[in-house]
Amino acid sequence: MYRYDQFDHQITAERVAQFRDQVRRRLLGELAEDEFRILRLQNGLYMQIHAYMMRIAVPYGMVSSDQMRMFAHIARKYDRGYGHFTTRQNIQFNWLKLQDAPDILADLATVEMHANQTSGNCIRNITSDEFAGVARDEIIDPRPYAEILRQWSTFHPEFGFLPRKFKFSITGATTDRAAIAVNDVGLQAVRNEQGEVGFRVLVGGGLGRTPFIGTEIASFIPWQHILTYSESIVRVFNEYGRRDNLYKARIKILVNAIGIDEFRRQVEEDWKFTKDGPCTVTQAELDRVAACFTAPAYEKLADVALPSDNKAFSNWVARNVKPHKVAGYASVVLSLKNAGIAPGDATEAQMDAVADLADKYSFGELRITHVQNLVLADVKQADLFALWEAAKASGLATPNIGLLTDIICCPGGDYCTLANARSITLAKAIDERFDDLDYLHDIGEIDLNISGCINACGHHHVGHIGILGVDKSGEEWYQITIGGNKGSPANIGKVIGRSFSFAQIPEVISRLLQVYVAKRDEGERFIDTLRRVGPDPFKEFVYATPVPEEAKLQMPDYELMAQGTPYDTPLYSPRF
Amino acid sequence: MASPKQIIKNSAVVNDDWSVLRLQEGDTAETVIVPIGKTLVPLKVWLAQKTVLMHRADIGVWFASDERVEDLQDDVAKFSVIAVDFPKFGDGRGYTIAYRLRNRAGYRGELRAIGDVLRDQLFYMQRAGFDAFAVRADKDIHEALKSLKDFSITYQASTDEAQPLFRRVQRGA
Repeated sequence: MYRYDQFDHQITAERVAQFRDQVRRRLLGELAEDEFRILRLQNGLYMQIHAYMMRIAVPYGMVSSDQMRMFAHIARKYDRGYGHFTTRQNIQFNWLKLQDAPDILADLATVEMHANQTSGNCIRNITSDEFAGVARDEIIDPRPYAEILRQWSTFHPEFGFLPRKFKFSITGATTDRAAIAVNDVGLQAVRNEQGEVGFRVLVGGGLGRTPFIGTEIASFIPWQHILTYSESIVRVFNEYGRRDNLYKARIKILVNAIGIDEFRRQVEEDWKFTKDGPCTVTQAELDRVAACFTAPAYEKLADVALPSDNKAFSNWVARNVKPHKVAGYASVVLSLKNAGIAPGDATEAQMDAVADLADKYSFGELRITHVQNLVLADVKQADLFALWEAAKASGLATPNIGLLTDIICCPGGDYCTLANARSITLAKAIDERFDDLDYLHDIGEIDLNISGCINACGHHHVGHIGILGVDKSGEEWYQITIGGNKGSPANIGKVIGRSFSFAQIPEVISRLLQVYVAKRDEGERFIDTLRRVGPDPFKEFVYATPVPEEAKLQMPDYELMAQGTPYDTPLYSPRF
Repeated sequence: MASPKQIIKNSAVVNDDWSVLRLQEGDTAETVIVPIGKTLVPLKVWLAQKTVLMHRADIGVWFASDERVEDLQDDVAKFSVIAVDFPKFGDGRGYTIAYRLRNRAGYRGELRAIGDVLRDQLFYMQRAGFDAFAVRADKDIHEALKSLKDFSITYQASTDEAQPLFRRVQRGA
């Protein structure tokens, strides 16, 4: 993975000092909250319902065992013993104090990490394929380019105050695991007929209130020009993106309003001034960065036959172990989706445990997936059984990757000030309803996504089943979409009809699955059947008879969860 | 509105005798009377009254954040001071206006940030091409000066630095 040189260290240290002074001035009252807000957001610090939340950048989802141990340290020292891995391959801590934030950033800097630009109207953390470098369908390793883009976008002086947040995602594989079509800019590394590397560039994708699939603005931008071309896209957005309406400020609205051809014309008009200029990426810089992403020292091994006499292990292999491009190796997904636990949550003990597993079995590196699980990318097949037993002991071996209970979920109304409805509590209710592993394996691959509000942090639009929390006269309701897909090809799901109460949702999911089971052909996934037969049979069955409310979900246990844990009021909270 | 008595210019606090003309309700760009003395006029006023104003040496022009550098392009060399207004510090269009004035229109004179200009934005403003800052009057301008040194190294090129870091230095492995 990328290692800091003296310049990276210095820039990071100067950033910590800058923010430390800004916090000092805020605590003294020299900075008003509305002036400080943008500064803290650009350092990843949110003010949530209960406390300050910090979102730490994990560039393209790669984390070393030492960095993972630092997360455990932060969870222990500054938080309540756990952290939350997000759909943007980051980690969030939810129970922080403002006074501690500079120390947390200083601690992070010791392991070459930061929280720069993980929020705010600027270029956000760049996401990529969680299997970059090891996937069998990879054409080009996207990580060196992601790192070059990360450095270019870090503290870019022209783009600190864009109309709205701006997200890049980059992939180098044939299967898009990085959701490039629903990012502001999506980059797909490709080779042209001469074998040269460049990027197919999509622009204007996004979820939220007005979901759009990105449109191709360029079919091939040679890699040397990726910074200048990206800069022209963001510059035109900075000038022309709407600033009068928060909900219409993303680049997707601009591209849709003026059309891709006019947008492309403006970008190219600007680009001609910088193309081939000093910001053209040099071979030396690419080589320097790429040298950080060389393959680890694989041993020469043959693929091995795995033990088949243990059903639980076989289930886990079938769901959680992925093919590797090197013979004798495999990639392992450690599930952070366990019944009763918020999707993506990990305790400090689990963080320490996975760091140890990474050191022992996977060259000391881990990856965070955009579906909120952890990956050990380079595991010897011969070690799989031992790894499985160790992961099981830490509660990380639930064999549900890609299944119904591998739910993607935002923090929702239990934590987030924006949410209309609870997400984590609903995920728990769904987990409990569908706890029969044989049934889950029979249902097979399905993406279930929950967002507590239209900001769509749970990516509900691209779930095969998407659940969106909506507010009706101050009450919590949920709208269901079906037919979304996060990539290859990306699709936006369609709403099936009127919304449901919290306690109705498990039954609604059950009805959707019943239609699938009745209609499926051999080997079809839920999404395949839905595409073949269309949404009508699903809609008709769901609404055919009144949907009962599940009595248990009205019980005090759920009421208590809805109220959350007792907490301290955050300093300067506008809510209290 | 009177301009602040002091501004930051070329990394020092200096006295300033320019005033900023802002159109009041009922004023139009064509009819507003431009006062005597050093005055920064709205771009619209310059464009409307150019034939008269072009004979004055004590006129500068300021851009609103939704105005375009192209509209002034041929005239930039006439000015010793051009300003860009930040209606809210979170409105980042002014950074690109500055970048375009410096890098596309070739403007070399004083480029001043006016409006909601706060300490914690000065570093980026300086990089984008501003060399003068009319810090909001209720803030301590001497304190604000410190922020121009927040970083000693930057990754990317901008107006202040034509080369990105990877061309400026020998980077380590």
